Amino acid sequence: MSKLLNPRSAFGIALIAAALIALPFVAAMGGQAWVRILNFAILYVFLALGLNIVVGFAGLLDLGYIAFYAVGAYTYALLASPHFGLHWPFWTILPIGAVIACFFGVVLGSPTLKLRGDYLAIVTLGFGEIVRIFMNNLNAPVNITNGPQGITLIDPVAIGGFKFSGTTQILGYSLSGPQKYYFLLVALAILVIIINLRLQNSRIGRAWQAIREDEIAAKAVGINTRNLKLLAFAMGASFGGVAGGVFSAMQGFVSPESFSLIESIMILAMVVLGGMGHIPGVILGAVLLSILPEVLRYGVGPLQMAVFGKMLIDPESLRMLIFGLALVLVMRFKPAGLWPSPERKRELQGDA
Amino acid sequence: MLEVTGLHVAYGGIQAVRSITFHVKEGELVALIGANGAGKTSTLKAIARVIDAVGGDVHFCGEKISRLPPHDIIRKGIALVPEGRGVFPRLTVAENLAMGAFVRDDKAEIAADIEKMYAYFPRLKERETQLAGTLSGGEQQMLAIGRALMSRPKLLLLDEPSMGLAPIMVQKIFEVVRAVAAEGMTTLLIEQNAKLALEVSQRAYVMESGEVTLHGESAQLLNDPKVRAAYLGE
Repeated sequence: MSKLLNPRSAFGIALIAAALIALPFVAAMGGQAWVRILNFAILYVFLALGLNIVVGFAGLLDLGYIAFYAVGAYTYALLASPHFGLHWPFWTILPIGAVIACFFGVVLGSPTLKLRGDYLAIVTLGFGEIVRIFMNNLNAPVNITNGPQGITLIDPVAIGGFKFSGTTQILGYSLSGPQKYYFLLVALAILVIIINLRLQNSRIGRAWQAIREDEIAAKAVGINTRNLKLLAFAMGASFGGVAGGVFSAMQGFVSPESFSLIESIMILAMVVLGGMGHIPGVILGAVLLSILPEVLRYGVGPLQMAVFGKMLIDPESLRMLIFGLALVLVMRFKPAGLWPSPERKRELQGDA
Repeated sequence: MLEVTGLHVAYGGIQAVRSITFHVKEGELVALIGANGAGKTSTLKAIARVIDAVGGDVHFCGEKISRLPPHDIIRKGIALVPEGRGVFPRLTVAENLAMGAFVRDDKAEIAADIEKMYAYFPRLKERETQLAGTLSGGEQQMLAIGRALMSRPKLLLLDEPSMGLAPIMVQKIFEVVRAVAAEGMTTLLIEQNAKLALEVSQRAYVMESGEVTLHGESAQLLNDPKVRAAYLGE
């Protein structure tokens, strides 16, 4: 942490802080939609960092991560909407969502302790689907999740009397709803980043690293691999749960559709593409992969019109095509990720 | 110090170790030799609790340890150097050694012990900041032994330290094994290289198809015609 104290880093941090504060206002010039895209990017940073604990730190391939996001989102939705007539405050539900997601993390973790690699991936994939299917079908005989219709009219975040939805005037500036959420998300994301950094350099972080490298050797040096793997699942899951809660409040609506397998894969792609186990890399991966498709969505159509004078290919399918191509290229030319940790980079460069 | 009685290990229906009984006394270097698939590694893994035994007991310093979870074994004073070295490839040499002291929290002494390992293995000192995965096989074996010693064990379990190494490296590794044992470290050595193992150890057990078929003073076994025929290639 002492590195943070020298003047150059302090200047860097000030610069980043200024950019983070200015960003939502710059984005708003392109319309509030861009602020929302920004918000989702931060939400994905949140999720990717959570998954990074499981996949990057502990080396456990989890393809069902979105389930914890779903659990957090539904926890918030059920406790703060007219569906059950409950309207609990944001700050009580968020920890509850984290705890419930954490519980599900352990539920998923305990039967998979002996599995590794592909086998673990298959079980977690199944788990993710099970949760989504439950959300889809838990509307009968007792209506808990309202099935495929989802839950609507979810309360926005409100702290004290301060509501995060709608526009408010602060010091003569008007702040839109998405802009307020932006600042909330940035604050939460910073918290998550700090927790991640502390974890990485802790005894727990080193034990995870050992498990990832060689499980038998980890046992031999006295690491309780069972508990530490469960802890990784639980911690990753709680981050997912918190992100889900914020998502629910921000959208005002949740349905099982938002928690499909492709979302899990997307978050995993963010972690892998950015640089597995390397916090700045994971953040970069999350930001790029969440914003790039949106840029393509808005850019591809007009570009075709400008170049060819007509739409040759449907922008929506071209967007996924370019996106896929970008992923392939990155994996081909930067197999360790866009911004890998120095060790991993060295390893994949073939010094070994 | 270590008493193994009737240890039985099976993988599914396959019997890897059928009721093996042996012991290691304090300060001894005991070798367990035998061909590939004789059950040597399974025996060692079962003692270290990395795998579960089907039956039998293991006592260490009078205490039954055959039901302990694996991570507690090292806290009792048994350090395993796994087969195939098992270093942490993406950690540096220094980090690997520090990881060996995971169960200790006396920082100053840990640092002193790391220096001690560098004294045993000057090569590791030269490679201090290098990733373990980039070391040669022999260097990784040195590191694995160093890491095991970092826990200050009472008993060292060595699984095939000569495996896949150049003869000159094998010589170096065994010099250290001998030196560590000479300082009073009780050691159980598993080896396919019977000649080396018998030269360095005081007593030895010969394993065949999961059973002990011969045991005795290493010097005598070295001259035993059966051993010479089966394991020393004469």
